[in-house]
Formats: sequence, structure tokens, C-alpha cells
Amino acid sequence: MLSIKNLHASIDGKEILKGINLEIKLGEVHAIMGPNGSGKSTLAAVLAGRSEYDVTAGEVIYNGINLLELEAEDRAREGVFLAFQYPIEIPGVSNINFLKTAIGEIRAYKGLDPMNAKDFLMMMKEKQKLVEIDRALINRSINEGFSGGEKKRNEIFQMAMLEPKLSILDETDSGLDIDALRIVANGVNKLKSKENATIIITHYQRLLDYIIPDFVHILYNGKIVKSGLKELALELEEKGYDFIKEVVEA
Amino acid sequence: METVIKTSTIKDKLIFEFETSKLFLFGDTQLRDQAMESFYKQGIPTRKHEEYKYIRMDLMLKGEFDFSVNKNCNDAQIESLKFLKEAYVVIIENGIFIEGSSNLQNLPKGLTICSLVDAEKSNSPVFEKHYAKYADVKADPFIALNTAMTKDGVFIHIAKNVIIEKPIHVIHISTAFENTIIHPRNLIVVDENAQAKIIESFETVDSTAKIFSNALTEIVINKNAIVDHYKIQDEKELGYLVNTTQVIQQKQSVFSTHTFTLSGSLVRNNLTLVLDDEHIESHLNGLYLTAGNQVVDNHTVVDHRKPNCNSNELYKGVIEGKSTATFNGKIFVRKDAQKTNAFQSNKNILLSQAGTINTKPQLEIYADDVKCSHGSTTGKLDQEKIFYLRARGIGVINAKKLLMHAFASEVVNTIKIEALREYIEERISKTFE
Repeated sequence: MLSIKNLHASIDGKEILKGINLEIKLGEVHAIMGPNGSGKSTLAAVLAGRSEYDVTAGEVIYNGINLLELEAEDRAREGVFLAFQYPIEIPGVSNINFLKTAIGEIRAYKGLDPMNAKDFLMMMKEKQKLVEIDRALINRSINEGFSGGEKKRNEIFQMAMLEPKLSILDETDSGLDIDALRIVANGVNKLKSKENATIIITHYQRLLDYIIPDFVHILYNGKIVKSGLKELALELEEKGYDFIKEVVEA
Repeated sequence: METVIKTSTIKDKLIFEFETSKLFLFGDTQLRDQAMESFYKQGIPTRKHEEYKYIRMDLMLKGEFDFSVNKNCNDAQIESLKFLKEAYVVIIENGIFIEGSSNLQNLPKGLTICSLVDAEKSNSPVFEKHYAKYADVKADPFIALNTAMTKDGVFIHIAKNVIIEKPIHVIHISTAFENTIIHPRNLIVVDENAQAKIIESFETVDSTAKIFSNALTEIVINKNAIVDHYKIQDEKELGYLVNTTQVIQQKQSVFSTHTFTLSGSLVRNNLTLVLDDEHIESHLNGLYLTAGNQVVDNHTVVDHRKPNCNSNELYKGVIEGKSTATFNGKIFVRKDAQKTNAFQSNKNILLSQAGTINTKPQLEIYADDVKCSHGSTTGKLDQEKIFYLRARGIGVINAKKLLMHAFASEVVNTIKIEALREYIEERISKTFE
């Protein structure tokens, strides 16, 4: 469903991604690990359509379409979802109104009729249970006054509501205590199906104890330097990121 | 006073009109003469006038102006402006109270609503005690001009201990074929322990010429009274409005005022609250949405004269096009006014390069045991927020709309009358289209 070929991207003239190649099929979970500054979040941002980054070479084909030609909102409408590393607060816009607007626009894009209020509320209730998020949080403005864990949980709730085909979780584990991590991971696992795919971007192996990846890729200095099965994450955890340098230099 | 007609400045024309139309003007002759004298000394403010630095009143008042009403609205046009179903409605057309178009049947006991002309004729002691006692003709040329030249307006009196549940909606309609200057004037007196909700809306209808409305409302809030006050200014392109609101609050009274400026080529608000006793609470909220070549200028004064009072002020604006918005908020805390809490905040979003915002908080504190703060911010729409919304499938236009609504909601949510809040929300949505 996703094919990234020789992707190069830079910001303010500085090259961050230096030729990424990645193939993802439906039903798969891919973990991308790497030290700080290796380009993990840049990859997520480029896929989601942040305009600050210039793609200087390469292509991204998603379900047969050239993803890089789409505006950010059209990527979302096509089923790409980015769970933000730092979800922002938007006082004055309620979560409910926000999701109603988003679902309305996504359905209009697909040529579907608007969802009626009753179905929308039913869906909210169901997804809220699924990802174990407090009803009171949903009634508030987007992330306003939420704790770090609550913000991350709200990202997963939005993911549940929008039912994306490709989810990119950008360091969703950072700042989460073990209980919150379990809840978030549990939510992601429940949403996983043969009809979608997930990219998990993380610095640490711990999240991968809860969301078992099919493949693990190590990103270093803007390139995927090693790919393997889930055991690679354990090896990396054990040997530390210095181990990558050896791989690269070898 | 001498009448001078040798040049045709607006000042001279106003003075000439004053001299020749005395028979049709309202109020005590001596009061009017003094007011005109005061206007004569002050003149139309130019940019050299500190309080009118950012609004070129002299330029706005260039050209020919008529002083008499030259057009009327039809019934359907008037009815279309009655946006509150449940309300006592007062129609003031071109500054004249129109009883036939108002909805004032079955007023409850303790509520008096009539024209200024009738209030004076009936020798109402409340009217005589309070009329033109608060807005100082020496303080501002437009107060002087209004006091000298007003012809009519509404007198509202709520008697002691009376609670008026339904809102009172005063609709100021301006309509003209020729450029016109009008001076509507209102007096609202709320007696001890009484309560009322009062809305003043300003609209222009079916006009082909400029209407300059120099409107003035005095509000007297007696001990323990609670007043919820709203101004909805929506005069479109031909409307030019100077709106003075002079409020005096007595012991333990609560006054909340809300100013929504939605359209109008020029809007200047002079809002002054005098907190003349202890344990008074005052809330000042404002929202202005400006576009095109609009000029909107809010001048507020909160005058804490006695101890133990609270005032809280929040003004927000969204500025588009080549429009100019000004906020000037003064807070005085007099020597006697210990234990004052006074807060003020002005926040703006500038949507265009060509728009201008002038924001000037002014605190003058002469007491030593007080809590006062003020702050102002001006920013653009947050790109990070826009991206977050887009990343969920919301297009740029709707994303911006959601964020502007969110920004305005802090003020809109202070509206306590549900039907009014809905009306304003809808009206704002149209503005953001």
C-alpha cells in the first residue's frame, strides 16, 4: 500500500532524509527506530504533508497515488493519519465539533452522505470505550489542559474515529508512564486489521513489547541502515545505538 | 453665541443648524446652550486630539450633511430587524422614538418605556433627576454635540425591587437618501435591587447615503441592581457611528456590558463606567471583526472611586483587509479605592498585511493596596493549529473558520441571553465566510 523510493527531504536547505526506501503492505506493522536527529520525525512530517520540508528527490506511492502531490488535508481524506509527537492545544474548538467537521469533510471528499448526529454519537461512544478515554475529556476543547498522557490518548481516539488506512505514530510512547503506555498500545492493537497498516516511530524498544511489529527498520543519518524482524529491536536495545555506527561503518 | 456661516466647515454647519432649529431640539434651553458652547470650544477632533489620534473624525465628517430626516423605513424593513422573539422592542428611527413600530404592549408593573419627549412632558421626577447628569459635555465634543442637538430617544425606568425577565431590545435604525447626521439619546435608570437585560442594536436599512449617528446612552444603576447590557453594532458600509455609553454604578450593583462591532465604516465607542461606591462588580466584554476600510475604535474608562470593587475587561478583535482597529482602555484607581481588583485584556488576530491594530492600556493607580493587571496580544492565526486540523482532513478554509470561532467564543460565551448568543454566533459565521 505504501512504497517509498529514494526519498530525499530537506528543511532550510539542510538535507535530513538522504534516500529512504520502504515498502509496506496491508496488515503490517513497521517500527522505525533511530537515535535523535536521525530523521524519524522528518519522515513522519513529510508523509503527513508539512509544507516546511522540501522533497528534493524520490517518490511516495500510496494506494497507487502520488502522495507527495496531495495537500495535507487530502492525504488525511485518503486515509493517512499522523499521531503527533506533540499534540497541540486548541482552546475554543471542542473535540466533538472538530471530529464532526473532520468526518464531514472526509465523507464529502469520498462522495458519501453526511453522517447523521445519532450515528456520530454512537460511534463516539463506541470508540471512546475502545481506546479507554474519559468522556469528560472529549467534551472539552482539543487537548486544552490535558496531561501528556491524555493528549496521546486523544490522538489514538481521533485515529479510532477517522479509521485511517495508514497510521503513523510519531513517538507516541514519549512521556507516557507504563500504565498509559499499555492503554495506548492496547488501543492501537484493537484498531489494527488486515485492511490497514501502521508505522511506529520510536526511540525505545519498550512500546514494541506491547505492539508487536512485523518489521523493524533502523534509521540513521537520514537513511535506513538496517531492516529486520522484531528481534532487531531487542538487539538494538541491548547493544545501544553505538551498534548502528558499527553497522554503518562496516 | 454668534452664528458664523462664512465657511462651510462641518462645525459651522452644526452651529448654524443648532441656532436655526432650536424649536425642534430636545431638552432644557440652558443645558443645550451650555453644551453647544462647549462643543464650540472643543470642535470636531483632528488627529492632534490625543483621544482621537487613530480615527480621523474630521475627515469622516467632510462633505455635505443634512440634519433633518429625509427618509423612513417601511414596516417590513423594521420587522426584519427584530431578531429576538421574546423581547420588549423599542424602535428608534433616525433618532426618533416610534411607538407604533415598537412592541410595548402589556409592560409589567414597574417598567416604564417611553420617548424622551414624553418623559419630559410627563414631568417624571426620575427623568428630571437623572437626565444629562452623567455624561460631561466638557469631557468630549460628541457628548456636547449630542446634548445640544438631540431630538429624542428612549427613557427606560425599572422601579425598585422589580425584575424584568424578558430582554428590552432597543433598535436604532438609520436610513437616508442624503448624508445625514443624527443624535439619538437614551436614559436608562435601574432602581435599587431591580434587574434588567438591555440590548441596543444599531442598523442601517435601505440607504443610499452616509448616516453619521452620534448616539449617547446614560445608564444609572442603583444600589444592589443587576444590569446585563449589550450593544450590537452592525451598520454596514454607510453607517458611521459614535456611540457614547456613560454608566454610573452604586453600591453592590453588578453591571455587565458587551460590545459587538460587526460592521460599519466607522465605529467609535466611548464607554465610561464610574464605580461610585463599594462592593461593585463590573464586566466589560468586547468583540470587533473588521474588514475592508473599516475603522473601529474602542475607548473604555473604568473609574474606581471607592474601595472593594472588582472590574474585569476583555476585548478581542479579528482584523482583515485594510481596516484599522484601536483599543484604548483606561483604568483609574482613585486614592480611596483600596482593595480594588481591576483586570484588563486585549487580544487581536491580524489576518492581513494591510490591517492596523493600535492597542493602548492605561492604568492610573493612586491607591496602594490593589490588584490590577493588563495585557495585550496581537498575532496571526497559528499555523501549527491550522496544520493540526488539516492533518485530520479539514480544509484550510474550515480550519481558519474553526480557529476564528474559537478565538471569538471567549467573548461570545459571555452572552447570557441564549437567543442573542445564537444570533451573534450565526452573524459571526457569515462574517467568517
